[in-house]
Amino acid sequence: MTARQQRLISVGAILLLAVAPALLSPFKITLLNFIGIYTLAVLGLVLLTGVGGMLSFGQAAFVGIAAYATAWACAIHGHSPWLGLVLAVVLVCGIAALLGAITLRLEGHFLPLSTIAWGLAIYFLFGNIDALGHFNGIGDIPPISIGAVALRSSVQIFYLIWAVVIAALYLCGNLLASREGRALRALRGGRIMVESLGINSFRIKVATFVIAALLSALSGWLYAHMGRFVSPAPFDVNAGILYLLMAMVGGMEHLLGAVVGATIVTLLRNTIQDVLPLIAPGVSGQLETVVFAVLFVVLLQRARTGLLPFLLRWLPQLEPSRPISAPPMARRRQPMKGVPLLSVEGVERRFGGLLAVNDVSFELKAGEILGLIGPNGAGKSTMFNLITGVLRPDRGRIRFLDVDITRRPQREIARAGIARTFQHVKLRPRMTLLDNVLLGIYPRTRAGFLAGALRLDRAEESQARYEAIRLLQRVGLAERAFESAGTLPLGSQRLLEIARALAADPMLLVLDEPAAGLRRTEKLDLARLFENLRAQGLTVLVVEHDMDFVMGLVDRTVVMDFGSKLCEGLPTEIQADPRVQEAYLGGVV
Amino acid sequence: MKRVLQIAALIAGAAMTASIAHAEIKVGFVTSLSGPGASIGIPYGRGIRAAIEYADNVGDQKINLIQLDDGSDPSAATRNARKLVEEDKVDLLIGTSSVPSTMAMMAVASELKVPMIAISPVNVPASERDRWGIAVPQPPSLMVSVVIDRMKRDGVKNVAYIGFSDAWGDLVYNGAKKAADAGEINLLTNERYARTDTSVTGQVLKIVATHPDAVLIGGSGTQGALPLLALAERGYKGRLDGTPALLNPDFVRLSGKAAEGILVSAGPTIVAEQLPDTHFSKKISMIFREAHQKANGHVPTDGFSAYSFDAWLIFLDAAKRALSQAQPGSPEFRAALRDAIFTTKELIGTHAIYNFEPGASYGVDERGLVIVRLVDGKWTYEP
Amino acid sequence: MDAQIAAILAIDGIATGAIYVLIGLGFVLIFAVTRVIFVPFGDIVSFTVLTLASLEMRRLPGTIGLVIALAGLASLMEIVAKLRARECHLIPRTILCFLVLPLLPAAAVWLLSGAPLAMPSRIVLSLALILPIAPLLDRVAFRPIADGSILLLLIVSVAIHFALVGLGLLFFGPEGVRTQPLSDAVLEIAGLTVSAQTLLIVAASIVFSGLLFLFFDFSLTGKALQATALNRTGARLVGIRPASTGTAAYLLASALAGISGVLIGPATTIFYDSGFLIGLKAFVGAIIGAMASYPMTALGAVFVGLLESFASFWSSAFKEVIVFGLLIPVLLWRSLTLTADTDESTEE
Repeated sequence: MTARQQRLISVGAILLLAVAPALLSPFKITLLNFIGIYTLAVLGLVLLTGVGGMLSFGQAAFVGIAAYATAWACAIHGHSPWLGLVLAVVLVCGIAALLGAITLRLEGHFLPLSTIAWGLAIYFLFGNIDALGHFNGIGDIPPISIGAVALRSSVQIFYLIWAVVIAALYLCGNLLASREGRALRALRGGRIMVESLGINSFRIKVATFVIAALLSALSGWLYAHMGRFVSPAPFDVNAGILYLLMAMVGGMEHLLGAVVGATIVTLLRNTIQDVLPLIAPGVSGQLETVVFAVLFVVLLQRARTGLLPFLLRWLPQLEPSRPISAPPMARRRQPMKGVPLLSVEGVERRFGGLLAVNDVSFELKAGEILGLIGPNGAGKSTMFNLITGVLRPDRGRIRFLDVDITRRPQREIARAGIARTFQHVKLRPRMTLLDNVLLGIYPRTRAGFLAGALRLDRAEESQARYEAIRLLQRVGLAERAFESAGTLPLGSQRLLEIARALAADPMLLVLDEPAAGLRRTEKLDLARLFENLRAQGLTVLVVEHDMDFVMGLVDRTVVMDFGSKLCEGLPTEIQADPRVQEAYLGGVV
Repeated sequence: MKRVLQIAALIAGAAMTASIAHAEIKVGFVTSLSGPGASIGIPYGRGIRAAIEYADNVGDQKINLIQLDDGSDPSAATRNARKLVEEDKVDLLIGTSSVPSTMAMMAVASELKVPMIAISPVNVPASERDRWGIAVPQPPSLMVSVVIDRMKRDGVKNVAYIGFSDAWGDLVYNGAKKAADAGEINLLTNERYARTDTSVTGQVLKIVATHPDAVLIGGSGTQGALPLLALAERGYKGRLDGTPALLNPDFVRLSGKAAEGILVSAGPTIVAEQLPDTHFSKKISMIFREAHQKANGHVPTDGFSAYSFDAWLIFLDAAKRALSQAQPGSPEFRAALRDAIFTTKELIGTHAIYNFEPGASYGVDERGLVIVRLVDGKWTYEP
Repeated sequence: MDAQIAAILAIDGIATGAIYVLIGLGFVLIFAVTRVIFVPFGDIVSFTVLTLASLEMRRLPGTIGLVIALAGLASLMEIVAKLRARECHLIPRTILCFLVLPLLPAAAVWLLSGAPLAMPSRIVLSLALILPIAPLLDRVAFRPIADGSILLLLIVSVAIHFALVGLGLLFFGPEGVRTQPLSDAVLEIAGLTVSAQTLLIVAASIVFSGLLFLFFDFSLTGKALQATALNRTGARLVGIRPASTGTAAYLLASALAGISGVLIGPATTIFYDSGFLIGLKAFVGAIIGAMASYPMTALGAVFVGLLESFASFWSSAFKEVIVFGLLIPVLLWRSLTLTADTDESTEE
């Protein structure tokens, strides 16, 4: 399916919606209104939980804050609903930013529990504030007016609701395909990789949280002016759970899953309400929840990731658009060859009683390839983690180009010009090769969330994509640019990681055991890439195990054993050194 | 050819019967059969079943009653109201068991121009120019003021309040506050607790510390018993007062000795067999009991089911008058029904004598409430 | 507030907290072994109380219908699975475990519900009746998705909770119950009255948290159960059957739920939907214990109980706001004091 065909289908769907009021009965329009309002809140959940991996039960609380804000402004103080919208959005986003800043640092189960906590607290707050009518709620909310037309009837507000939903879907779709959206998609699976690329994961989490809250605010505003009555009941934890249910059943990781989920749940409940009294008169009221819950469980057992992915399997795949040529991106000015680039001075690191790195010092000059070798457990990877900011040294100093980076966080070190790969490859297996490399380009681009949503970043994006495809060509993976990274064999995965590291245009490339687990042909490919890098004048620090592989490639070697530096020098010198031979082989050869 | 004609005739006949079937009055009934409001909602449902058992037609028009559950959720109540009007095309809405849900339904009723009889105590917003709704129950302020009148009569001055942290608790408190502002009593506390709470020790400690003459309970159903049990534990031996929301056999069972002697305002129907024969409510209450027994298998043991029954009585009375003006299923009939409801005069119901007029939501006066006392697990009439 | 009132509130808080402890332990137990946050746990506690109350009123508890339906469904699923795996010789054993065993207490209750029973018999019957519910639910709902994401398991768990609440309303009606207390005695300690029932609950919670702690950290079976939760494949490689450890955990937790119900029933009114909020507060206690440590769970649950008690005195209308609002700093503190080993979760 081409992009053009997809566009035609979308336009067709929108046209169908536009004529729906003429084709459907008024109650079906009412149902569609509710579906639209739920979709907005669930869309926020898809972004937050489905894409970003942050489970939240608190969307309903935000819907409530917005609904009450506009009710208070309009019903009690007589302002226009549009002012109510402004108040709702400002209030919700402000509270979301505050709550997010406090709670998004929580890991694991603590985050969802905290969302339940403040969700409940906010719900009980609604019912206890005099100005908000207590538990009896606020009635008499005026309808929204566009110009002279008051959106009083179901059909009138139907157009507004679905216009907002379509706009939200469009903007969120743009966002997910943009630079910040990519970073958001990369959050699931661990912070270390993301931070090593210079991405501020906390900032992205908070921004996503606020965006999700904003969508809830729209949902709440529309809800208040549609039903023209608000009370605390629709905004409790059960509502929060229901949104999660809708997202799950529709397809948590797709934006359209929000529409599908909201539709299924609403229509299912309506159908059960109609059908059940015919089957079990008298007890149908109590049975409704039971039947709904049972059907829900059965559905999830059959389609674990939701209905939309299930359906998408039957549809033809969307053809990706190949990046067209674009002007090259700005490159960093590489330091002069021979200038001291990285200096490690007396660095020490303990883990409990184990001294993993013991007073190690060495220097790296610009343009050279330095090999850090040693037997297993020598402390090489720990050394790497210390240099790249994953761990902090207990003692000693690390300087990069005269700047002290000893205690800097990963992402600052990454932005300063050090790019790394990992001993256990850290990729996003479900993103494409191109997207994985584009993650590396993140610090060289600037488009923010708003620019991404409004597609103001097209020029920068095409530059970045072109650069990414060139890097893939360089490592020989360009033909597979649109496949998922998880389908690659290990050797190609390592090449991909190197491409991603190169994408940051680093001054120093730090490679952690790149040849580990590779077959012979893959090692030859890697060696060829190394020659390429050296010819380019890139500075490389490589940790390796495999002496044969590394000796022909590096200019100098540092040998570590039991956490201490054993010796350093040219490869030939090292190979002949009896101490090195003893460390590796247990005796002089 | 003959076959085709036969089938065509069959279809035409079916269409005609379908259109003939339209000539009936459709009534939509919403209540909470599940969710936190079920404890009140289910009795409402039993009441409407008794009502349709009592009378399922007006003159020669059959009544078609459609019942829906709103699960104690105002959004669902809104959807149900819309469904009943837009899809089932009802001529009248009756509902529901929680105040917010009822208000939500009222908004729909006035937007879609369908008359509504509320069985929860609500205040219909004053700004609506076209009034379409009335409320059957005694207004909460009246429920409380009758209790307070009795307190005044008995010389009680200092009253402590403990009630639910929900709409009902608010309503009772507001009623008491009005009396306090008018100087009739001293309202000492505004303690609240949730339906799902396991303990109210903190709240009760505060109440006991204020040494009240009487404690006013703003809870309902079984959880209305919680403060009473806690008060008894703390050794409180003073006077207890409550509202009709406590007229529930499970409340009596659960509170046991702790509730002995509590004074509650109630619709007369709850003590129907103790009423003198001259009481307005006696006859109709006994009819209601019989209908309830037939429809549900037992006599009514709460005060809520009778509200549904009274709503039905109001509807029957108004429909009789409206039928002379228009045919059911038409907007004219709904307007006529609404006008007839708002001109109800001296209609005798189980709870009260109803008088409605345009501009007011409630139509009952003090005749609609008596004081009953819990003696040995039975509600006893205390004139 | 003077010392006397503070003492009364503290006792009340500990009493409430002790209830949360028992339920919190059950949450941790099931999660530690199956990675399922078993939201319906609170509902099983409610079911126990409601069943016991029905037997006290000599009525047939609707729980029987649930047990029979679940037993039938589970047996069917097991038989089909055995046929597919060509393990037909195991079918008689399957029928015994999944059909006959759960139906025995159901039959007993059917026969005896109308008769006047002594309190011990009522308690035993109620416990026996609700014991199979959680393992059967596990077989029917969770086994088919046992290797799904934690989020999936959580959502299914929530759905089952809704179903149980609905069934509770159907079987037992909307009104609440209190069961007869095991002991009517009231003791005086340091000038304050404490009921024997409360002391029983507190004692039970201490005993059970201690037992679970010892079992999981010091016995081989306990360690096997923990191993399954951490890595199913690894557990299977060393000969542990994840399916049976799951069932064992659910049975153990059911017993815990049943005992909690029996102890709580007389102390507080239980409705068909009480399970959720009580479970939620207990769950908070479990989280404070990081879903792993039993003693910390107990402390966390007691903390929640005390917080509730004092908040209700201070401002009862805003009690929930205070309790849940104050939770956030506690969660923050707890999250920071735990080592961040959850970083590299596998991409699924």
